[in-house]
Amino acid sequence: MTEANGHPGIARAERQAAPSPVGTGFFEPWIGRRQVLDLDDFTQAEIERAFETADHMKEILARPIPRVPTLRGRTVVNLFYEPSTRTRVSFELAAKSLGADVVNVTASGSSVEKGETLLDTVRTLRALGTDLLVIRHKDAGAPYAVARHTDLPVVNAGDGAHAHPTQALLDAYTIRERFGRVEGVRVLIVGDIAHSRVARSNAWGLTTLGAEVTFCGPPTLMPATALAVSRRGGSGQLPWPIHVELDLERAIEGVDVVMPLRVQIERQDGNRLASLREYARDYGINRARIALAAPHAIVMHPGPMNEGIEIDPDVAHGDRSVVEDQVTNGVAARMAVLYLLLAAGESTGTRDHGAETGEAEGPGHHRPGAASDAPSILDRRSVTPARERL
Amino acid sequence: MAARVILAAEDIRRAIARIAHEIVEQNSGVDGLVLVGLRTRGVPIAQRLQRAIETFEGAAVPCGELDATLYRDDLFGGPMHELRRTMLPTDVTGAKVVLVDDVLFTGRTVRAALDAVIDHGRPSAIELAVLIDRGHRELPIRANYVGKNVPTAKDETVRVHIVEIDGCDEVVIANRANE
Repeated sequence: MTEANGHPGIARAERQAAPSPVGTGFFEPWIGRRQVLDLDDFTQAEIERAFETADHMKEILARPIPRVPTLRGRTVVNLFYEPSTRTRVSFELAAKSLGADVVNVTASGSSVEKGETLLDTVRTLRALGTDLLVIRHKDAGAPYAVARHTDLPVVNAGDGAHAHPTQALLDAYTIRERFGRVEGVRVLIVGDIAHSRVARSNAWGLTTLGAEVTFCGPPTLMPATALAVSRRGGSGQLPWPIHVELDLERAIEGVDVVMPLRVQIERQDGNRLASLREYARDYGINRARIALAAPHAIVMHPGPMNEGIEIDPDVAHGDRSVVEDQVTNGVAARMAVLYLLLAAGESTGTRDHGAETGEAEGPGHHRPGAASDAPSILDRRSVTPARERL
Repeated sequence: MAARVILAAEDIRRAIARIAHEIVEQNSGVDGLVLVGLRTRGVPIAQRLQRAIETFEGAAVPCGELDATLYRDDLFGGPMHELRRTMLPTDVTGAKVVLVDDVLFTGRTVRAALDAVIDHGRPSAIELAVLIDRGHRELPIRANYVGKNVPTAKDETVRVHIVEIDGCDEVVIANRANE
């Protein structure tokens, strides 16, 4: 793939590990984190901690009664301004499996229809006793706006064409489960890159973990900066060290993971797609094309699938498909996010459980200066204005 | 640091051997017994009990490990709890489960572990074996098997070191203010 693309050896961007929040020289992933808005501010250690936590959550989900009382008495609100089945249900099951109460709010049927603003809705939900907000919104950046104006933990469940961090977590987690690692795994993301929050968040997550990522799709569904990369090589102005290839047969050669994206029929603005038939012919993932990938290659899809367009039914439900694993792992990954934000994110380290268990506690557990260091933690996690990154 | 060794390696070995005998004696054999070590240091202690029982009884008792973190009542506002693996070797329904931990202190870890075990099934009985009972219980919980009762002050720390994790076998008591 590298040679076919004609631009080998893209250097991985240097990602700086977040510094220790209290200068102890000991950094604990997720301590101080209050938001999951995208994976762009995640360190490798934070993602790996989420994976390790998700491993334990999967054990719970495999039990006859898949529920623990960890978040009993906490309320998670799913605030969905855009239609969703699997993401909303996935968050709901994740929260309930941890014992939390879940309230679902959708734009239709709520005060949004009376003209209440997003921030007023959030203030109301906070006053009603919400402990964590999960937000899906059609506008890129909406969860960032909320996060700037509330002290509640916020999880982005998809904002416009911008980011979908929990999907990227579950995708990388599924890859790790299949291959035992993410580093060095060759991942091809095919389709409507320009409209895809899944592609963007996956680019952040997968490149942070050291995967080799290629974007592929028709020129009309590629962001302009990606088109320049496809012609000139290098990673150009893209924020990630990835490859861009317009020709699917070349892009798919030898890859370990093929991830066709859903053709977002509802987001097409007229003439970007000549026809769905032409798209299926040139970019549809079928058996013949899968045969060009690595012999052990797997097929992933963020769903819902347009079978017969971006993916053939026999591939979607074939033995290469891990689509159902993705759905199961989605609940585990979201349980990990909720647990780490609510149970770990508040940590101030004033108690010593080692006294009971006899364990030696790491220096990160004793953080007498935690309160006064709060601003620096906030600085580190400071929200950046949402911007189209491609 | 005013640390004082209260059990040396030989003492730990003898205590575990005695507890192994007591478990078999109390249960009139090993039928239906399941040893479950509580993370972190309960796990290697449970494995040693398993080996000891196998040596003198010639029977392999299933041995698992349990992380009760998700059942704790003090998760919020405390230090971050890293989750560890829970692996029960067999269906616990109908089994005689012996929970194994290093130190029994407030009893809150054991309370969480009881809930965790019961979520996996309905044991016919649950017992508790600990290497050290240091007192100061906050819940009505008592160990069936104790390696050593150690009267402590509340501000003292009992540290159990186990070869598999810490490189040596030793139990020390220290005044936290001196650390």
